[in-house]
Amino acid sequence: MILETIHVIDWKRTMQSPNCRITRRAVLIGAAQAGVAASVTSRYQPSLAAEPSASLPEYLVWDVHGHLNTPGETPAERIDNLLKFADRMGIERVIVFMGYPWAYDPSPEDVRRQNDQVLQALERSRGRAFGFAYLNPKHTEESLDEMDRCVRDGPMVGVKLWVAVRCHEKCLDPIVRHSARLKAPILQHTWYKITGNLPGESTAADLALLAARHPTASFIAAHAGGDWERGIRAIRSAANVTAEISGGDPTAGVVEMAVRELGAERVMYGSDFAGRSFASQLAKVLGANVPENAKRLILAGNIKRMLAPILATKGIRL
Amino acid sequence: MIVDVNVSLSRWPFRRLPCDELGRLIEKLGDCGVTEAWAGSFDGVFHKDIGSVNARLLDDCRRSRPGLLRPFGSVNPTLGGWREDLRRCHEDYHMPGIRLHPAYHGYRLDDPVFAELLTQAQRRGLIVQLVVRIEDPRMQHPLMRVPDVDTKPLPGLLTARPELRLVLLGALQSVRGQAITQLIRAGEVYFEISMLEGVGGISSLLGRVPGDRILFGSHCPFFILESATFKLQESELLRARANAITHQNARRLLKAPVVRQG
Repeated sequence: MILETIHVIDWKRTMQSPNCRITRRAVLIGAAQAGVAASVTSRYQPSLAAEPSASLPEYLVWDVHGHLNTPGETPAERIDNLLKFADRMGIERVIVFMGYPWAYDPSPEDVRRQNDQVLQALERSRGRAFGFAYLNPKHTEESLDEMDRCVRDGPMVGVKLWVAVRCHEKCLDPIVRHSARLKAPILQHTWYKITGNLPGESTAADLALLAARHPTASFIAAHAGGDWERGIRAIRSAANVTAEISGGDPTAGVVEMAVRELGAERVMYGSDFAGRSFASQLAKVLGANVPENAKRLILAGNIKRMLAPILATKGIRL
Repeated sequence: MIVDVNVSLSRWPFRRLPCDELGRLIEKLGDCGVTEAWAGSFDGVFHKDIGSVNARLLDDCRRSRPGLLRPFGSVNPTLGGWREDLRRCHEDYHMPGIRLHPAYHGYRLDDPVFAELLTQAQRRGLIVQLVVRIEDPRMQHPLMRVPDVDTKPLPGLLTARPELRLVLLGALQSVRGQAITQLIRAGEVYFEISMLEGVGGISSLLGRVPGDRILFGSHCPFFILESATFKLQESELLRARANAITHQNARRLLKAPVVRQG
């Protein structure tokens, strides 16, 4: 019960903190001053032995997919640890969901406990982290209550669905309708595994079916379907689904295909930290052969646009 | 200055890759600050005419700026005549080492022919690159499912061959924890970072692997090269440590093998 009170904070004030933007330039200079060495040159990563060139493009980066699975006794320690690395990579904001430990089919009590952990991390982050409410759609009433607690009345700005139930099932409909009312996007884990999916693990095609039933809701296909060459194709015709590229290996060509097939406005950067590195996932975008304006949309522009309505309802200006 | 120990030429059969043409690959290497790359060939994974694969690899490496691409020829010990392929790599082509693909070539590391191959490579002073994984097994073509290499027999093989220099490519998703410790203790084994994952991955790896056994590897062009270079930035590395990983360890490895005592 103690945890329930933790999110009763002035979250509106902390989330719109005007001084939280971290520029890559500042990060790199700071790293150089700290004596960090990496004799690598690229547009994103200049030599740290000297101050970065002023002509290098600055990228605003929001990471839309992350977890608290990193060393630390408390959620506060864990988010501190994660943000330290985010700083090194020039990432301004992160979106966090699910606490620890995980379960494939969590009880309503477990879901609530994990969301409480995320709420603690959000408070600690002083506006650097947003949260999505983790739900198990098998428990419809409890899920709706949790959305009210964490999103409508709390600081969270979206919904995360994992592998408890495949997302084309009818039991998701009340959750999606409520999300649309709250203007909260739904980030759904999707993966095509040739080795076999979990019983409740959704594919990108499952998400396309759900999205077609709810054309006014906004969906994010986490991991771009895992096997992205199949996943991107599966959501091509689903205009309210955005591909999020986290979680897979940094295989060359993923962002090029996503931009070609979906348009840059329907592609988002996420890393799936801390299991994945910021580095490998950022490289998918920054190493891709796509226009600069596409990279800017993917790295932050699209998620800012998607979250703008719900942030407005909370009185938050970025 | 970066020595990338895990680069491949030619084409992956299931997907066109943005840098699967030699000119594009060389351009990418330059853009990312790679001054030297140890190159194998995707053809060496799939072709049976290994002799022509290695001859083409040598030609391609010679077409690049001198010293940029170092060829590592493929040897498939399940094919008759593999000893001649090995001899050519060493005596005719003067390659510094060879690249092995046990999972794709269909043999286990407890197969006696693998032990013989290691013995001959050691005798010739060749570096052996062993590819543990190329592609996430969850995402492979349904008609081409290839498991990771089971490395359990390696410690025993290394202990018996103290002068062998072994570089594991694409190993750090499947070789973890105690298995890494056993390999490090068993012999001259090195790991590259292309498949290293997790926030602050290199910092974490340094808790398990001595800094002089970690090499820069990108798995380019299959992977995006920047993935490896950005990892150097994500972890807080002292300059000396970063230099060791990016090039000094590889340069030392290229020199004549050190005879281990005991």
